[in-house]
Amino acid sequence: MECTTRSENGFTIVALSGEVDLHYSPKAREIILKYLGDKNHVLVDLADVSYIDSSGVASLVEGFQHARTHDLKFALMGVSEAAMQILQLSRLDKVFPIIASVADADQL
Amino acid sequence: MSNAAQTPALRPVFRFVENVGRKTVAAIEEFGYVSSMLAESFYWLLFGRRQQQPVRMRSIFAEAMRIGVHAIPIITIITLAIGVMMAIQGIQTLKTFGAESKVIVGIAIAITREFAPLIVSIMIAGRSGSAITARIGTMLESQEIDALRVIGINPVRYITAPLLLAMMISIPALTILGDFMGLLGGGLYSIIELKITLAIYFERCADILAWDDIAQGLIKSLVFAAIIVLVSVSNGFQVRGGAEGVGRATTRSVVMSLTFIVIADMIFTYFLNFA
Amino acid sequence: MPAADHSEYAIEVQHLDAHYGERQILKDVSLNVRHGEIMVIMGGSGSGKSTLLRHLLGLNTPTRGSIKLLGIDITQSSEKEMFDLRKKMGVAFQGGALFGSMSVEENVVLPLCEHTELDENTMRIMGRMKLEVVNLAGFEHLMPAELSGGMIKRAALARAIVMDPRLLFFDEPSAGLDPVAAVELDELILRLRQVMNITIVVVTHELESAFKIADRITVLDQGVILMTDTVEAVRNSDNPRIQSLLNRLPRDDAIDTDEYLERLTGI
Repeated sequence: MECTTRSENGFTIVALSGEVDLHYSPKAREIILKYLGDKNHVLVDLADVSYIDSSGVASLVEGFQHARTHDLKFALMGVSEAAMQILQLSRLDKVFPIIASVADADQL
Repeated sequence: MSNAAQTPALRPVFRFVENVGRKTVAAIEEFGYVSSMLAESFYWLLFGRRQQQPVRMRSIFAEAMRIGVHAIPIITIITLAIGVMMAIQGIQTLKTFGAESKVIVGIAIAITREFAPLIVSIMIAGRSGSAITARIGTMLESQEIDALRVIGINPVRYITAPLLLAMMISIPALTILGDFMGLLGGGLYSIIELKITLAIYFERCADILAWDDIAQGLIKSLVFAAIIVLVSVSNGFQVRGGAEGVGRATTRSVVMSLTFIVIADMIFTYFLNFA
Repeated sequence: MPAADHSEYAIEVQHLDAHYGERQILKDVSLNVRHGEIMVIMGGSGSGKSTLLRHLLGLNTPTRGSIKLLGIDITQSSEKEMFDLRKKMGVAFQGGALFGSMSVEENVVLPLCEHTELDENTMRIMGRMKLEVVNLAGFEHLMPAELSGGMIKRAALARAIVMDPRLLFFDEPSAGLDPVAAVELDELILRLRQVMNITIVVVTHELESAFKIADRITVLDQGVILMTDTVEAVRNSDNPRIQSLLNRLPRDDAIDTDEYLERLTGI
C-alpha cells in the first residue's frame, strides 16, 4: 500500500493506493486519525485502491466517527465498483459521505 | 478368534484375555496421550509467544480465579475443621500416655506434609476437575473444539496450558492457606486443653516445623495439580455420546483424579521420608 | 488479492479414502472446486458428506489421497503452512459451534484477536460490520444461549467471514431453520460470493437450497461420488440413486442373502 497526502480546497486529501488489507490498514488508520487529530477536514481518495478488506473499511469507519464527534468533515472519493460492493455489503454506502471528486467537496 | 470358535468351552477365557489385552493397550495409549499433552502444554507456555500463538495471561488469570480464588472459603472451612479434629483425636490418644503436649508435633507435621496438600487437591479435583471435564466434553459435543481448530487455535494451547499453569499456581497457594488454617484449627482446640496461648502454640509449631516439611507438602501439591488437570482434560477430550457421555466422563474423571492423587501421595511420602 | 497459487482450482481432492476404524467411509473421492465457485456437496445421512467436510477442514486425516486447498496439500503440509492456511478459511458449523462462554461479539472477533495485531477498536468495528452483514446488528452483547437457531447460524457465519476468507465452508446452512430464515441465509451466501469472491463449499441435504445456490453439485452416496455437475445436469440425471434422492424415495437395494444373514447373526 502507498499513501500520499496533499492539501486542496481546505481539505487534506489522503490518497491510498494498492491493497488496503490486514497488514496495511493499521497504517492507513494511523494516517487518517493523525490528520483528523490535527483538526483537518479529510477526504480519503480510494481511486487507486485495488483491494480493500474489512479491516480497511473499519479504519475508514473509525476516521468518520472521529470526524463526526469532533465536528470535522470527512468523505470518501473515487470509490471503485469493488470497494462500493464491500461497503454495500454492510450498508456503509448509505453512511459514508461519498463524492466523485474534490470539486464536489463543497457540498459537504 | 478362530481357536475360540473351535473350543466353545474356552470362549469365556479367550474373551477375558482379549479384554485384558484391549484394556491394557487402551491404558498405555491413554498414558502416552496424557504425557504428550503435558509436554505440549509446557511447549506452548514456553515457546508459544515466539510463534505468535501465546498462552494468554487473561485466560490463565481467569482460570486461577475460578480454580483458586473461588475455592478459598471452602478450603478455609475444611482445613480449619480438620485441624480441630486432629487436635481432639490427638489429645484423646496422647492423654493415655500423659503426653498431651506432644499433640502439636503431630498436628504440625501431619498438616503441612500430608493433610493440607491432600485435602486441597481432593477438594479441587471434585470442584474444578469435574467442571473442567464437563466443560471440555460439552465443547467437544457442540463442535466448539473443532471450531477452535479450524480457526487455527490449538486446543492444548488455548485450554490445557492455561489450566495447567493456573492449577499449578492455585493448588500450592491454597495448600499454604490450608497449612495455616489447619494449624490454626488445631491451635484453637489445643490452647483450651493445654492451657497455653495461641502465640505460644504457634511458637511451638515454628520450632517443630522445618522448611522441609512445608516444601514437602508444596512439591506434592504441584504433582497433584498436574494430575488433576491432565486427568480431567483428557477425560473431557474423550467424551463420546452426548450429555450422558459428559456425565460418565465427569464421574470417571473425579474418581481417576482421586485415585491417582492418593497413590502418588503414598509413593511421594515413602520416597520423601526414606529415600 | 493475489492468488497464492496459479491453479484453476481452489480445492483439489484426489483419490481420497477415509476410514473410521475398520469401516470405510469414503471411497476414492475426487473433487475439484474452482475459484469463486459455490460447490454444494449433497447426500443423505450416512453418505459420508460430513466426513468429507471434516477432511476438507483438516480435522481428520485420510487413509489415502490428497487434499489441496489454495494449492497447499493439507495431508502433507507443515504445521506452519496449515496455520497460515487456516487464516484464509472460514467455517460455519451446523450447530454454530459458538463459544458458550463468550458473547456474540467476542465470538466473532476471536479470529482477529488470535491472528492480527489490529487495534481493539478496529477489531470491534470489523466484528460489528460482519454482524450487520448477517443482520444481527444490536445482538453483539448477547450470549449464544440467548439466541435462536437461525441467529446462531448467522452469528457463526459472521465469525467465519470476519477475516475475509478466501474459502468458506458451510455445514447444513438451512437445517433446522424455518423456510424464510433458510431462504435469507441462501441469499446471504450468494451475496457473499458476489461481493467478496469467496470460494464456497456447502454441505447439505436440502434440495431446494442446493439448487438455488449451487454452481455445481456433487452427489455423494455411501462414500462414493455419483456425479459432480451443474444443477441442470444433476436434475436431469437418470442415475436411479440420484433420482431417488431427488424424489426422496427410500433406499431399495438388492439384498445379498448370505451377507445379510451374516450381519444379523455374526457368524
